Amino acid sequence: MTDRPGTSTYPSGEGEPLLSVRDLTVTFGRGAKAFRAVDAVSFDVRPGQTVGLVGESGCGKSVTSLAIMRLLPSRGNAVTGSVHFDGEDLLTLSDTQMRDRRGRDVAMIFQDPLSSLNPVVPLGVQVAEVLERHRGMNRGDAGRRAAELLDKVGIPDPTRRLKEYPHQLSGGMRQRALIAMALACEPRLLIADEPTTALDVTIQAQILALLKELVQESGTSLIMITHDLGVVAGLCDEVNVLYGGRIVERARRHDLFARPRHPYTGGLLASIPRLTEGKGRRLTPVPGSVADNIPWEGGCAFAPRCSSEIEVCRERTPELVPDHEGLGPDRLLRCHNPLESNPLDDAPSDEEVRA
Amino acid sequence: MTTTVQQPEGAGTPEADVLLDVRGLKVHFPIKKGVIFDRTIGHVYAVDGIDLQIRRGETYGLVGESGCGKSTLGRAILQLESPTAGEVVFDGTDLASLKGEQLRRQRRHMQMVFQDPLGSLDPRQTVEQLLLEGMRAHGLTKDAQVARTRLTELLSAVGLPKNALSKYPHEFSGGQRQRVGIARALSVDPQLIVADEPVSALDVSVQAQVINLLEDLQEEFGLTYLVIAHDLAVVRHISDRIGVMYLGGLVEEAEGEDLYDEPLHPYTRALLSAVPVPDPVVEDSREQILLPGDLPSPANPPSGCRFHTRCPWRQPTRCEEERPELRVVQVDGVPASHRVACHWAEQIASGELGRHTVEVDDVTHPDEIHPEIDSSLGAKGVTDASA
Ligand SMILES: Nc1ncnc2c1ncn2[C@@H]1O[C@H](COP(=O)(O)OP(=O)(O)OP(=O)(O)O)[C@@H](O)[C@H]1O
Ligand SMILES: Nc1ncnc2c1ncn2[C@@H]1O[C@H](COP(=O)(O)OP(=O)(O)OP(=O)(O)O)[C@@H](O)[C@H]1O
Ligand code: SF4
Ligand code: SF4
Ligand SMILES: [Mg+2]
Ligand SMILES: [Mg+2]
Repeated sequence: MTDRPGTSTYPSGEGEPLLSVRDLTVTFGRGAKAFRAVDAVSFDVRPGQTVGLVGESGCGKSVTSLAIMRLLPSRGNAVTGSVHFDGEDLLTLSDTQMRDRRGRDVAMIFQDPLSSLNPVVPLGVQVAEVLERHRGMNRGDAGRRAAELLDKVGIPDPTRRLKEYPHQLSGGMRQRALIAMALACEPRLLIADEPTTALDVTIQAQILALLKELVQESGTSLIMITHDLGVVAGLCDEVNVLYGGRIVERARRHDLFARPRHPYTGGLLASIPRLTEGKGRRLTPVPGSVADNIPWEGGCAFAPRCSSEIEVCRERTPELVPDHEGLGPDRLLRCHNPLESNPLDDAPSDEEVRA
Repeated sequence: MTTTVQQPEGAGTPEADVLLDVRGLKVHFPIKKGVIFDRTIGHVYAVDGIDLQIRRGETYGLVGESGCGKSTLGRAILQLESPTAGEVVFDGTDLASLKGEQLRRQRRHMQMVFQDPLGSLDPRQTVEQLLLEGMRAHGLTKDAQVARTRLTELLSAVGLPKNALSKYPHEFSGGQRQRVGIARALSVDPQLIVADEPVSALDVSVQAQVINLLEDLQEEFGLTYLVIAHDLAVVRHISDRIGVMYLGGLVEEAEGEDLYDEPLHPYTRALLSAVPVPDPVVEDSREQILLPGDLPSPANPPSGCRFHTRCPWRQPTRCEEERPELRVVQVDGVPASHRVACHWAEQIASGELGRHTVEVDDVTHPDEIHPEIDSSLGAKGVTDASA
């Protein structure tokens, strides 16, 4: 495999990987109906590092994280590959061992906080239970610590809030409460699956600032799953772009945005309207939709939508291989005909369009 | 393509050709309690006093956070919600004065495009049936040949293949379904289209297709748009003028460029600073104005300036007592078309008044929360009542 970044020094996140995902594959159904939602995905997360998984709906972001957490339904799917956490393969642990790890070592925050909170149990009890279960605290200590945690994530008047039920909290508060629960056991790895997608921008800004601060303060590693390139741009040290269940491009944050190499990444960046740009620039959409994908076997799934397509694209599956050193270290790319320039550079400017 | 061709000049001048004129519009929903006798125990002040003019051929963008009343305003404009007070004048006609058949006929000129194309399209109807239904209701199908031609034109206008006619909504991708929704709105040849979050349910790679389509159709058919969206970049891209809503009221209104270049209202400033930008260089250097707390409940809006509970510029006088009106401000370089509802806009713009920290506590009191209305506060899209 070519996945292992060699002797790299990360601005944050150094040393041996804390999490090492190799050839993770998740297949739903079997026989002729078998469908690979995640296809040989490999990546590392180092201590203190924030790694992004970005891609559009259905590309396999959530299934990847659920597979890592062993939270996929027990039937109807097959998971292969390995997920080494601190040297131990999570996929081979017993259910009890895994349950113990979840919450203590690895925690997860979901998009919809309401569905991850128990509606009939007061918030304080829910947070305290995590502490009692994983840290062996007694009721009293757990209660006090729970209040501290709520305070830390910016929930005002935490002692009163502890007595409340999830429906009495706003969406932003609920997400804060979930973050508090996830952090209760000081996990070494936090997986956040679209943690702000359901929130308003001003609330999203609060939550992202909170996550950033917590990660920096405690050295927690973070896997950030999102479809929002803006969130990636501000938060992730390294970004993996997923398409059709496979990683198609990997780069460090600045490198990726400065020089997208995969036509899909370039297409996404060219298609989003910019806050800093007035009315006028014609957007360049990625044509078609994921419904047009062809199977990865024997070709590139993105070919029907790709403006850089060449003949070989429908004949041979592109492999994920190291990209030009000159465009930034540790870049990986899966493409037969990568972009040679940033598509945004030759997008006509406002003036040109009007002229 | 330039979309600037048809834009009316002289923003803010009363002579400009106003298609939609909203005056003092209020929509208050009663909060009921009781098993046998419904007692009204309060109101949700969803839309609470809005004045708004949209000129023929322009795109007016409406932004604001979840629950601030954007959809309710859009629905009230189309008379899908009956206003508690105020009037909606469309093309010179006060819609409240229209009854039954007259109102139905007027509706043809005002159509809506929804966020969730699947939820708003009848799953048992083919695209052909969906399109013909609206046309039939307005007597546009009398000549079968003409109707056929119209269907083909509609499909090609929204970029769907011909064979789409015999398909059902679930057979399309999200972007294609939104095209069907747009074709249906267009089928009766309207003047105004109210698009409520038209791209927020779509994948990033597909959003641009629909945005471009909306722009092309505007040019081709001379449409007027009211676009409701929470994505500020989308709104800036598509709008000539933009209104920012907070808790049932407009807090700022300006031409797109003016609003983004020099936001005057503290809320607009915070909102713009909060949007994550897909550019690491910008992200690393930008200064965010983080607002404390959540949106207060629209059932119990704060006194005076509704933003005062979260405003980093709040002053000891006026803010808590007087509700600021949308007004033209005396700031160099700010045109009369740029209006803002803040008592201290001039002093804030000049820098005379600085930002300070806000105590977060008690932005929302639990006893003021009505779970049935407020369970989605702060979560977007959930309050959407798509018809
Ligand atoms: N339990 C399941 N059974 C069958 N297919 C599934 C199941 N869960 C997910 N899938 C499929 O796997 C693919 C990947 O889904 P996943 O939820 O990981 O997407 P995602 O990238 O998280 O998308 P989104 O942005 O919409 O959350 C999708 O095509 C989805 O339909
Ligand atoms: N039929 C109704 N009865 C009672 N309250 C309602 C009704 N419709 C909307 N509301 C309330 O009115 C307020 C404004 O809702 P509206 O849907 O207009 O907000 P919005 O700005 O469109 O939000 P979103 O961005 O979430 O779509 C909310 O508090 C909502 O709960
Ligand atoms: S492999 Fe070919 S089709 Fe696939 S992204 Fe690269 S150029 Fe496009
Ligand atoms: S009126 Fe006062 S509280 Fe309202 S926005 Fe202006 S400064 Fe802030
Ligand atoms: Mg997902
Ligand atoms: Mg709405």
